[in-house]
Amino acid sequence: MEEISRNQPPSDIRIAPELHTREITLNMGPQHPATHGVLRLVLELDGETIVKCTPYVGYLHRGTEKLGENRTYLSALPLTDRLDYVSSMNNNIGYVVAVERLLGIEPPERAKFIRTMVAEMGRISNHLLWLGTHALDIGAITPFLYVFRERERIMDLFEELCGARLTVSYPRIGGVRNDVSQKFLDDLYAFTEEFPGRIDEYETLLTVNRIWLRRTKGVGVIPAEEAINWGLTGPVLRGSGVRYDIRKFAPYDAYDKVEFEIPIGYNGDVYDRYMVRIIEMGQANRIIRQCIEKLPKGPITIDSPFTLPPKGSLSRRDKERFNKDYYSRHFVLAKSGPKEAPQGEIYVATEVPKGELGFYFISDGTGRPYRMRIRAPSFVHASALPRLCEGGLVADVISNIGSIDIVLGECDR
Amino acid sequence: MEPQEIAEKIKERFPDEVIDITSFRDQVSVIAKKERIVDICRYLHDDPHLHFDFLVDLCGVDYLDKKVPRFEVVYNLYSIKYRHRIRLKAQVPEDNPRIDTVTSMWAGANWHERECFDMYGIVFRGHPDLRRILMPEDWEGYPLRKDYPVKGPEKEWPGFQEVLDKAKAFREFEWKK
Repeated sequence: MEEISRNQPPSDIRIAPELHTREITLNMGPQHPATHGVLRLVLELDGETIVKCTPYVGYLHRGTEKLGENRTYLSALPLTDRLDYVSSMNNNIGYVVAVERLLGIEPPERAKFIRTMVAEMGRISNHLLWLGTHALDIGAITPFLYVFRERERIMDLFEELCGARLTVSYPRIGGVRNDVSQKFLDDLYAFTEEFPGRIDEYETLLTVNRIWLRRTKGVGVIPAEEAINWGLTGPVLRGSGVRYDIRKFAPYDAYDKVEFEIPIGYNGDVYDRYMVRIIEMGQANRIIRQCIEKLPKGPITIDSPFTLPPKGSLSRRDKERFNKDYYSRHFVLAKSGPKEAPQGEIYVATEVPKGELGFYFISDGTGRPYRMRIRAPSFVHASALPRLCEGGLVADVISNIGSIDIVLGECDR
Repeated sequence: MEPQEIAEKIKERFPDEVIDITSFRDQVSVIAKKERIVDICRYLHDDPHLHFDFLVDLCGVDYLDKKVPRFEVVYNLYSIKYRHRIRLKAQVPEDNPRIDTVTSMWAGANWHERECFDMYGIVFRGHPDLRRILMPEDWEGYPLRKDYPVKGPEKEWPGFQEVLDKAKAFREFEWKK
């Protein structure tokens, strides 16, 4: 077919002189089901083609950074749940790893393995939600129903682990909140045995589906160099063929003790990002299995003024004395915290399902951070949205928003 | 390359610009003057042995009553090729909070700079689209400055009143019988 150039009708079509084309402005969001939250896009259209795309964010801005500056290191932890509320476990871990590095403390080995395990559970649950909604946006409703079956099991496991399903606040500075039970480990292991088969199920629905291929192949292409230049991270960057994963390059927790592979895309389009995430789920499953198998025995928190002693760790004899001590210590810690922390500044990044979550702390020696900066992957990814959308079609905006996997709670902080 | 080595290299190249080099837990920060920050960034970005192609983060810091000059703009840089990082800090005075943009090197700096402007009021010269990003367009004041109250300003934001008025008008709406 002959390509029709913009603003110029093909020669064989006669348009009456009083008729003319013009660009229209379309407002998408902030309350649109496909924008995954409150993202507003102003699109300037020439027919079906997007000439200009301007994202507007900030509808969910709650001032997490400002709040963090006025709280102690311990009491700022629940704020991080509310950043990326679909993978709160990973956000918590990102925060505690950063604070630990700042304070110069190291959690015990068992806590490291537990954290790695629950972080990968968070990754699976995030990718499942992403897969369901992304496919739903494009028009496939069936995967949505399937993925929520597995996601529900992970949510149940989280509930069994710490009592909360979404905003977990399970990791602690210098360890984790409570130990894992044998039942939890058995249930999780049973889940990991089933899960690879489930991934195959999703793949039969999508991977070679002709409609899916037409909607995702060659859409929203971003080459490797440009992706780096835009600061993209996580599966989006890996989909463009850049081998960059913080879990491998700067391992934290127990990632240097488990084996896993990093999937790399080739074309940098929506389909490659989809494939990267699908393979990542399998790798996360593999990490969980290894963590359960290698889980060492020992304490789950260290003895530091920044951590609370775990509840079940004392003998019955000491319990009465300890209880009083525990609650008074808990109260003081939660309210005012330790008065001192090392003076300095540190940037620590962790690999959350969305990309690189970085915490930049400036400590002035008091018990509160002087500056707490959150480098949110969703914010950076949303900023690259015009680059992905411009020149494409309106329908592809939906694929692009889905493929960069943004959560506006994290984007607006 | 070790971060200390990189810092020395920057100092060698720009002896008049670098003010101080600090180190904490193996992370090195180079504090520089703001006048030639774009030249320093270009050097870091283009030098084949440094190759800082990835701007991890850009943010502002307010040192009210702690340091003079009051503001700092912090660049966290990383090289995906060589896997080394460095932190660059540019000092920005309170009476003239202006600094040049680095969007020509890293496209990702665009929104970070907008956020920095939004939160601290630091103006980035040459920025393609410097508007508020997280706060409403007509917001007064810069929320992350240390002299800005945590509870927010005394005066309510006019947009909020608008919403309240609208809600009230809807409540009082009477259906025709």
